[in-house]
Amino acid sequence: MSRQAAGLKAWIIQRLSAVYIVLFGSYLAIQLVFAPPASQAEFVAWVAAPLVALGLLLYIPLLLLHAWVGIRDVLIDYIKPYELRVGVLSFFALLLLGSGVWAIQAVLVARAMLSGPGITG
Amino acid sequence: MSSQSSPLSDRKPPLPPRPVFLDLWRIRLPLPGVVSILHRISGVLMVLAIPISAWLFGMAVTSETGFQRATGWLNSPLIKLLLLVLMWSFLHHLFAGIRYLLMDLGYAVDLAAARRTAALAAGIALVATLILGGGLL
Ligand code: HEM
Repeated sequence: MSRQAAGLKAWIIQRLSAVYIVLFGSYLAIQLVFAPPASQAEFVAWVAAPLVALGLLLYIPLLLLHAWVGIRDVLIDYIKPYELRVGVLSFFALLLLGSGVWAIQAVLVARAMLSGPGITG
Repeated sequence: MSSQSSPLSDRKPPLPPRPVFLDLWRIRLPLPGVVSILHRISGVLMVLAIPISAWLFGMAVTSETGFQRATGWLNSPLIKLLLLVLMWSFLHHLFAGIRYLLMDLGYAVDLAAARRTAALAAGIALVATLILGGGLL
């Protein structure tokens, strides 16, 4: 529970994002465990459904913010040498940013597939 | 501790032998401490899973072959075990996290209540892992 260099803003981000993750994350877990899609078509139809797509487009950045604030707290607690700390923090920042862009792109691809040949050609 | 050392004297009094007590079976970290460490470990485990999840998600959306590859991989026994660990991570972090949020709001902050809710959060997480894990396996 490190609050060093965290600041009130990070603390609030951590808590607000947690509330949304509780709701949408639980929905995702229950849906995928108890009614997993059987084919790509079914999966795409689910991802691209308006409420699911909107939910995901909100979920991805909020999850990544929460993960970033969290892993930053943990790394700052355990990695003391300055250069190493900056290096590892940058590594995680890039990893999370890349994951987010990749996941958002996948949601948009699913939307494009469903809206038909008009967009994807 | 010795009371004879004055701040002005640079001769330190001999230290009494320090109590080195590393009998791990007898160090009892209080339950809220255990729940707290597990909250941290579960959070880190889920962070590590993010890049792989994003990659699999992209693969499963893009083509039927990709979907088959992603689900085939997710259904292999070793990966299922990992998924079970992640499922527990999510649920423990969820209930321990909700407990923190309630404590931030001022609920259950005295020691006895904090102990009870720590046990409650960890317990519900384990039961929920069995239920969701049953659906997973
Ligand atoms: C399921 C709903 C979730 C809730 C209610 C929740 C709640 C919280 C709260 C309240 C904290 C702050 C703890 C503190 O200040 O000591 C926290 C920290 C953290 N969370 Fe979450 N979280 C959730 C999901 C996630 C997910 C999905 C991830 C992974 C991507 C995650 C990763 C982390 C990490 C790494 C920390 C830092 C842990 C620490 O400093 O010890 N959380 N979470």
